[in-house]
Amino acid sequence: MLSADFAERGYLSEEEFSRLQPSEERKKTGPVAILECVQDIPCNPCESACPFHAITVGLPITSLPVLHVDKCVGCGICIAKCPGLAIFVVDYSRPGPLGTVQLPYEFYPLPQVGDTVVAVDRKGETVDCATVVRVNLTAGQDHTAVITVAVPKQIVHVVRAIKVIGSEKS
Amino acid sequence: MDEVEVLIIGAGAAGLAAAGEAARLGAQVLVVDENDRPGGQLFKQIHKFFGSKDHQAGVRGYDIGNALLADAIGQGARVALNTTVYGIYADHRVGMITETKQHRLLRSQKIIVATGATENALAFPGCTLPGVMSAGAVQTMINLYRVLPARQTIMVGSGNVGLIVSYQILQAGGEVTAMVEAGPRVGGYGVHAAKLSRSGVPILTRYTIKCAYGNEQVEGVTVIALDEALQPVSGSERDLAAGCVAVAVGLTPLSELAVLCGCQFTYVPRLGGLVPLHDENMETTVPGIYIAGDSTGVEEASSAMEEGRLAGIAVAESLGYITTKEAVECKNKVRIRLDALRTGKFGEYRRQAKDCIIEERRSYVVS
Amino acid sequence: MRILDHPILGPAQQTVWVDIEIDGKIIKAREGETIAAALMAAGKLNLRYTRKRGKPRGVFCGIGRCTDCIMTVDGQPNVRTCITKVKTGMKINTPGGLSPEGAN
Repeated sequence: MLSADFAERGYLSEEEFSRLQPSEERKKTGPVAILECVQDIPCNPCESACPFHAITVGLPITSLPVLHVDKCVGCGICIAKCPGLAIFVVDYSRPGPLGTVQLPYEFYPLPQVGDTVVAVDRKGETVDCATVVRVNLTAGQDHTAVITVAVPKQIVHVVRAIKVIGSEKS
Repeated sequence: MDEVEVLIIGAGAAGLAAAGEAARLGAQVLVVDENDRPGGQLFKQIHKFFGSKDHQAGVRGYDIGNALLADAIGQGARVALNTTVYGIYADHRVGMITETKQHRLLRSQKIIVATGATENALAFPGCTLPGVMSAGAVQTMINLYRVLPARQTIMVGSGNVGLIVSYQILQAGGEVTAMVEAGPRVGGYGVHAAKLSRSGVPILTRYTIKCAYGNEQVEGVTVIALDEALQPVSGSERDLAAGCVAVAVGLTPLSELAVLCGCQFTYVPRLGGLVPLHDENMETTVPGIYIAGDSTGVEEASSAMEEGRLAGIAVAESLGYITTKEAVECKNKVRIRLDALRTGKFGEYRRQAKDCIIEERRSYVVS
Repeated sequence: MRILDHPILGPAQQTVWVDIEIDGKIIKAREGETIAAALMAAGKLNLRYTRKRGKPRGVFCGIGRCTDCIMTVDGQPNVRTCITKVKTGMKINTPGGLSPEGAN
């Protein structure tokens, strides 16, 4: 059930990854959440976070969250509510070659809209440069910012973090 | 003779939760703590807690700490800081040194020991070098005092403490050169490991620290691979630069006071070692002496709070402030929340361990 | 090094600086911080030297339990610097060997 990869280093296995990908059909309709939560730990804030009731955990609270893609509008409210920072919202539906990834960000400094940042994958390896298209940080998010970056659609499924250029430690 | 109704030793997660419940139900409560601030380890937990809404999931540790403290004081509990309890004697007399360095012998009808746990050390050449410190010490420095011990840190151990503190080092502007874990996989949650991996922190499983070196302080470490029998693989050494080595190799319950007053113990390795026997009310084998939180076995802050609440309700019940029926109702609510935390891959063994402790307590007969 | 801004803790609050003396040298410390934190911020992790071999020691547990961080403060030996707050004019010495005053 649980892949060795996730338990070893936090990477999803191929199987987990495929299971979590939205269908080609759903990808076309708009942004959608991806809950990269594959371990049975007692946790369910995502369930009550979603204003559209698109996430269910139920009982016991160690159950894995289930996303109802037809109810999910990709608003991203769940991203900042997840204590494990394991939720992302992807959007393949815009015209043109670029899609977006909304991801949680709890580092300093915050990037600004329009900044170019380095997009990295789950192993922290550089995938491409990306443009920051939105930065959300409200009081309700309690210091977990949500950054939206635009990247080529082919790499939307791998981009899961960013590095702000200039904040590198030498 | 100086006397109180309920004395709670330790103002951390378990102690404050116990104080809030007992005071709310009418008992006269005094909480003492040897530190100059309450909250135990709660205030340096700057991450959002897991669990459900009932467990305050999604709330940062320090906010939970502030709420617990406000509740305890709001309910009428008194908190005495800089007060070190050194012994519990017969007849529930408790010896302590107060804030003004006076000796005080206080008798308490009910006592709740909530003294938490301490971090383990790890022996390796160079382990005494300045800069080699417990992960908790790093956490105290970065989150309470806003001081980063060094630019580069090696994290030894991948349980939740190691994973969380590594992430917090990154948030503090530091670098984690690598995390080493002797076992084949990380000990803590995969989502914590995922945050580190995507931040570029190498997690070296089946690796351990061979030695730390430096003149006046740590300058680097040598890590070495381990085989399936946990034996070092010669030739696999790697040198890594580091000004700090954070050691996160587990916690051990601090239950010396329970030993001193004659409580019976049992040995549960997966809960950290020697732990006192207690029943469903958190009462030890010494009548009137209760225990709650990490000092009963290492779990987490959320379960510590629930155990504290159980003990708080139980002492109020035994003092006659609530009826048995009311107590059962209150305790059941807490038990449902506590059981929910002890499920799944990470919680199941703790539930079994705690059930064994309660079972052993039940069959313990005073000779 | 001091953390000036932090994603969760925010920017450092208005700091009140106090002067403390370490081995005869004056350094600035933040009011309310511990001696060990002040020295760590100044880059000094070696807080004492052992009696037999003169080896350096520093903070280990950080919560006042292990006593690895003890130094001589205002003439008083064996003070746990990880839980003792700085005060203006405090005189701290790095103890070494049998001498509470200094290793050298």
